[in-house]
Amino acid sequence: MIVVLRNPRREVEVPGPMSVSALLTRLEIVPESVLVIRGDTLVTHDARLLDDDHVEIRPVISGGDQ
Amino acid sequence: MKCRRCKAPAIIDIPRHNAAFCAECFTHQCREQVKRAIHEHRMIEPGNRVLVAVSGGKDSLALWDLLHEIGIPADGLYLGLGIGEYSDASGDATRAFATAHGLHLHEVDLREQYGYDIPGAAEATHRAPCGACGLSKRHLFNQVALEHDYDVVATGHNLDDEAAVLLGNVLHWETGYLGRQFPVLPATEGFARKVKPLVRLSEREMAAYCVIRGIDYQVEECPMAAGNRHIGYKEMLNQLETRSPGSKAAFVSGFWSRGHAAFSEESDRQRADLLPCVECGAPTTTGDRCAFCSLRARASEQPVTLRTAR
Repeated sequence: MIVVLRNPRREVEVPGPMSVSALLTRLEIVPESVLVIRGDTLVTHDARLLDDDHVEIRPVISGGDQ
Repeated sequence: MKCRRCKAPAIIDIPRHNAAFCAECFTHQCREQVKRAIHEHRMIEPGNRVLVAVSGGKDSLALWDLLHEIGIPADGLYLGLGIGEYSDASGDATRAFATAHGLHLHEVDLREQYGYDIPGAAEATHRAPCGACGLSKRHLFNQVALEHDYDVVATGHNLDDEAAVLLGNVLHWETGYLGRQFPVLPATEGFARKVKPLVRLSEREMAAYCVIRGIDYQVEECPMAAGNRHIGYKEMLNQLETRSPGSKAAFVSGFWSRGHAAFSEESDRQRADLLPCVECGAPTTTGDRCAFCSLRARASEQPVTLRTAR
């Protein structure tokens, strides 16, 4: 599957099928720091991603000084 | 996973609640959390005029949308920071949201109206840009609120923001800041009331809310904030949260219920002793130039070439 990462924007190819949790573990991404979007829909950590899925891993951390 | 509320297939799981939700029930949950925060801390009273500080990012646009959805009318305030393409995209996202929802947006441009921008201010003061940015925002949000008779300034600070700031304040024992870290700061002479209606929601939930609601927010991180200390604290807290869900909420809510009162007397006293700035009249500790006017004076002396981030 094609996985889009951000900051900076880049694409990696990961063989499916695998769960969202397994994908995040493989890419060493902390689950609480991102949303996983398949196509244009959010997916939960137990969702199974298939080889032909297009997946975006979108970081959610933002902000500067308060 | 199934939605905790309606048992339909879930699209987001929230480990700290040990729950998952479908899109409709998740947006319902977000609205309820905002209503609860507003009620619990008496943030907004019926008839109050509310000004939302909007940056074009997920939190402030979600906040503006949520207030609208729960029937609290609010106008927006966008501050043009002059951070190159990042600011251009942030402004576009904010204006597009306001237009699509028929909401009123005030705009202040630092460079046009005050003669400096954030990259130039960082250059002039030899300090991190986030410090100049935060100072400018705090001053101008308050100033615009007072000038236009708003009772309340609402900001999009979420649970993660509060946890990261609390961690930083505790690590450095910033007792004055700890005394002011609360979901609502009451209005006092020269200050509008400040409220944070998103404090019961994480930034992952706010990003999810925007995706579900089709809110086109500025996804890219501010280039000037990348790698700063605040983001580092958030990354560490998220590692802790993944191992032990609920840690961030327990840290923050425990401080408010059991720690804050120990520090608030000092900050209340500091607020009572403030004197008007000799230039703009805003409350200041020195009775001379306030921090904003000092920053503006130093930053606006910089050559224009140094202030351009493109």
